[in-house]
Amino acid sequence: MQKSSVDIRSLQIGFGGLKVLENLDLHVGESEFLVLLGPSGCGKSTLLNAIAGLIDVKGGEIHIGGRDVTWAEPKDRGIAMVFQSYALYPRMSVRRNMSFGLKVAGTPQSEIERRVGEAAQMLRLTSLLERRPSELSGGQRQRVAIGRALVRHAGVYLFDEPLSNLDAQLRAELRVEIKRLHARLGATMIYVTHDQIEALTLADRIAVMQGGVIQQLDTPKKIYREPVNRFVASFVGSPAMNFIPGRLARGGEMVFVAGVNRLGLNGYVFRSQPTDAPVVLGIRPEHIEMTGADDQSSVPARVEMVEPMGADTLIWCRLADGTAFSFRRDADAQVRAGDALAVRFPADALSLFDEASGQRL
Amino acid sequence: MRLSLTSRLSAISALLPALLVMFVVYIGATSWTVWISLTNSRMLPNNNFIGLRQYEMLFNNDRWITSVHNIVIYGVLFVSLALLIGFLLAVAIDQRVRAEDTIRSIYLYPYSMSFVVTGLVWQWLLNPTLGIQHVLRSWGFEGATFDWIVRPETAIYCLVIAGVWQASGLVMAIMLAGLRGVDEEIWKAARVDGLPKWRVYVSIIIPMMDASFATAAVLLSTGVVRLYDLSVAMTNGGPGIASEVPAKFVMDHLFERANIGLATAAATTMLITVIAVVAPYLYWRARKGEMR
Amino acid sequence: MTAVAQLLPASRRPKRMTPARWGLYAFIFITALYFLLPLYVMIVTSLKPMAEIRQGNLLALPAAPSIDAWVKAWTSACTGLTCQGIKIGFFNSLRILVPSVGISILIGSLTGYALSLWRLPGANILFGAMMVVAFIPYQVFIYPLVRVFSFTGLGQSLLTIVIIHTIFGLPTMTLLFRNYFASLPVELFKAARVDGAGFYQIYALIMMPMATPMIVVAVILQTTGIWNDFILGLIFAGRDNLPMTVQLNNIVNSTQGERAYNVDMAATLLTALLPLVVYFGSGRWFVRGIAAGAVKG
Ligand SMILES: Nc1ncnc2c1ncn2[C@@H]1O[C@H](COP(=O)(O)OP(=O)(O)OP(=O)(O)O)[C@@H](O)[C@H]1O
Ligand SMILES: [Mg+2]
Repeated sequence: MQKSSVDIRSLQIGFGGLKVLENLDLHVGESEFLVLLGPSGCGKSTLLNAIAGLIDVKGGEIHIGGRDVTWAEPKDRGIAMVFQSYALYPRMSVRRNMSFGLKVAGTPQSEIERRVGEAAQMLRLTSLLERRPSELSGGQRQRVAIGRALVRHAGVYLFDEPLSNLDAQLRAELRVEIKRLHARLGATMIYVTHDQIEALTLADRIAVMQGGVIQQLDTPKKIYREPVNRFVASFVGSPAMNFIPGRLARGGEMVFVAGVNRLGLNGYVFRSQPTDAPVVLGIRPEHIEMTGADDQSSVPARVEMVEPMGADTLIWCRLADGTAFSFRRDADAQVRAGDALAVRFPADALSLFDEASGQRL
Repeated sequence: MRLSLTSRLSAISALLPALLVMFVVYIGATSWTVWISLTNSRMLPNNNFIGLRQYEMLFNNDRWITSVHNIVIYGVLFVSLALLIGFLLAVAIDQRVRAEDTIRSIYLYPYSMSFVVTGLVWQWLLNPTLGIQHVLRSWGFEGATFDWIVRPETAIYCLVIAGVWQASGLVMAIMLAGLRGVDEEIWKAARVDGLPKWRVYVSIIIPMMDASFATAAVLLSTGVVRLYDLSVAMTNGGPGIASEVPAKFVMDHLFERANIGLATAAATTMLITVIAVVAPYLYWRARKGEMR
Repeated sequence: MTAVAQLLPASRRPKRMTPARWGLYAFIFITALYFLLPLYVMIVTSLKPMAEIRQGNLLALPAAPSIDAWVKAWTSACTGLTCQGIKIGFFNSLRILVPSVGISILIGSLTGYALSLWRLPGANILFGAMMVVAFIPYQVFIYPLVRVFSFTGLGQSLLTIVIIHTIFGLPTMTLLFRNYFASLPVELFKAARVDGAGFYQIYALIMMPMATPMIVVAVILQTTGIWNDFILGLIFAGRDNLPMTVQLNNIVNSTQGERAYNVDMAATLLTALLPLVVYFGSGRWFVRGIAAGAVKG
């Protein structure tokens, strides 16, 4: 199986007058698992379909494995694709679903059988080969759809929300299976989802998209810890990041000022020269720490509501000036509504955004 | 929800017309027709039971044999041609062609017209002296002959031409609805698999459209058995008895030849034929509905 | 050489109009001609004088278009003995059409409503039987019905033909409305029951106002169906109420001597006019009607 990289240069796509993608650049390395993550309608499927050759591009180039395939037919691009609705051929058996494309392409029968057998074994479909898609469960159908892609021995595998029609448990199971498959095949995979758990668990890198633009392209960890703007910060992570408006002040070290509260920023790595424009501080619920009241850097807060979430508990608080935020403790935390407590916002876990532009500082 | 007595009575009152029609018209009339066919009634119905003698006479009647022969030819050609043409038209329209609505209207408008109109237009088009044959000859095809409508052995094919012209649009509409119902991702998957378009239609789409084909085929077939107006308007069964059809046989024997015993035997034969076609179809649909 | 090869993109934008695309449009064009030809010939023939028709240019446009044939067809074409034109048939058809469409939709919708929302014992059997009946040829029922109507004294009359159209429209109308009502959320119906509305109140105040789209479909279906009917009108309407299709057939097929093709075609067009207006006026509704009618069974 050859390995291929994918190179997209100033890609433009539109439907009629509507511009969906404009000047999009993206490089996906060999054997990389890239996840496209973003809200509905942001152009993820459009980008994936363009890579597959299923929609015409208005401008720009697409290279796969170093070859310009901008106008090549899908079958000649060295790709395979798995669809959200499975898109299995309903009147064909599982075996025929997987072999039909190869057969039409004139692959020798023995080779077809070998590949189908191999894919079926990898996906535990061997006992289902003679069934029709209508006789399979949702998870089995999606495995067949993956199998149909696998037998193509493509260099790049494209997945368009393959798990979104499945229930939570099956989703988790198949997620693991896809990850294992990637490790085993070492093929390039581009995977569309709007489920951030899938994105964070599967990806080597995640491209977070909004409005046809890639907002951030980074490792899951970086995306999570250092979002480049407020959109990425709020889109990734659940429960959502806390945002507290305020401004910056310089008094020896940089401090964040929100009402009467001051927060030292020693340890925060600024990307750009801080100004005194209004800023927004962002912090994830699990990064807020509970401290003793005597801690110098802590602020007092009052508990408003406690949400048990199974493994842990989400605690909703207000600072003295009314600013609301939430933070996470393990399930056995002894906190009740009305309690007074002290919390600390560690500077190295913070994100600061310019209020006007939303960009990270 | 339990129904109170008043709502139950109201509901039954609303169903009275349907029940009346069902029992008096459908069941009553059908039984009477079947019964008459077992008697030796001629002008007026009587109750002289003679078993299946009318059927014996029926199948020794040249005109009936010709009618059955004709309806078989018409039925096979009409149904298969209308299905084929209608499907091809639907596929053509489904290729994202320009002016789709206009094209669809052109294909479908004949279906809005009556068989009498259809029959008369085609009668005019096919008449050898001034119709299409004449046009062909005036274009320089001196030897062109297209006089099917006046030749006994070919008159029935003229009914096929007219019938297909009228009904293909209906098939097109049913098929187009079926094609539009195909998941777009199936097409994408097929493109990624590198299947040529015709191959996708033959191996994937057509097998998926069995319900559309069955519906269209059953609608067309029941139209075949009913065929009457077209024959009356276009050829009036002629030349001679060359384009007679069973429905016309029944009507003529009921109202002109005053042989209601024979006519009802013919009608009963038609009834049995229809049930033989429709019952398996309805059963199949009911089964399919249960499986969902 | 290699430098040139590198400058050329590995693959090019495909041409807009491929040969397959040309073939497709050619197919559509030719089939469209086949479907339009009869309409075109009808129109040009109806606008030509007989002298021109006899020259045999079936497809030629009329040299001097005239509506004489239309006037003659409308006012003075002969059907057998009388020569009052096809307008008689037009008004007969209209008198048959209006009550038949109204009554058949009223009864069909009521039946469909009772069969769908009210779980009455035997409802499914009644419905299934009606569906089978919808496929049975008229020839099976006609003779007994003629006898019944002559026995009741109605004989052949306007009322008879209206009743007949209602009877034979019942299966399709019931099916149409039953399926529509069955597709509505049942909570709507339950809420109305809880509010204490009775059978006919729910029908008239809640269900029928919601069923407007189905009523439009039903009107289209019944209007074209009843207008185009030939056999029922012939048997049941009586000599004074013969519908337009029957008169048209008489005008064209019972003429003695030379046939006035222009008048024939004008009369044919006049008969086709109302369905064509309904068809082109209703656009997608007509297709919906076909789709609804096609689920028969
Ligand atoms: N065939 C089309 N014609 C016109 N507009 C389209 C078409 N397909 C997509 N769009 C538009 O392009 C934009 C991007 O669509 P796309 O399907 O790529 O979104 P997506 O990110 O995949 O969303 P989702 O998560 O809901 O699948 C949307 O605004 C959509 O309305
Ligand atoms: Mg999508």
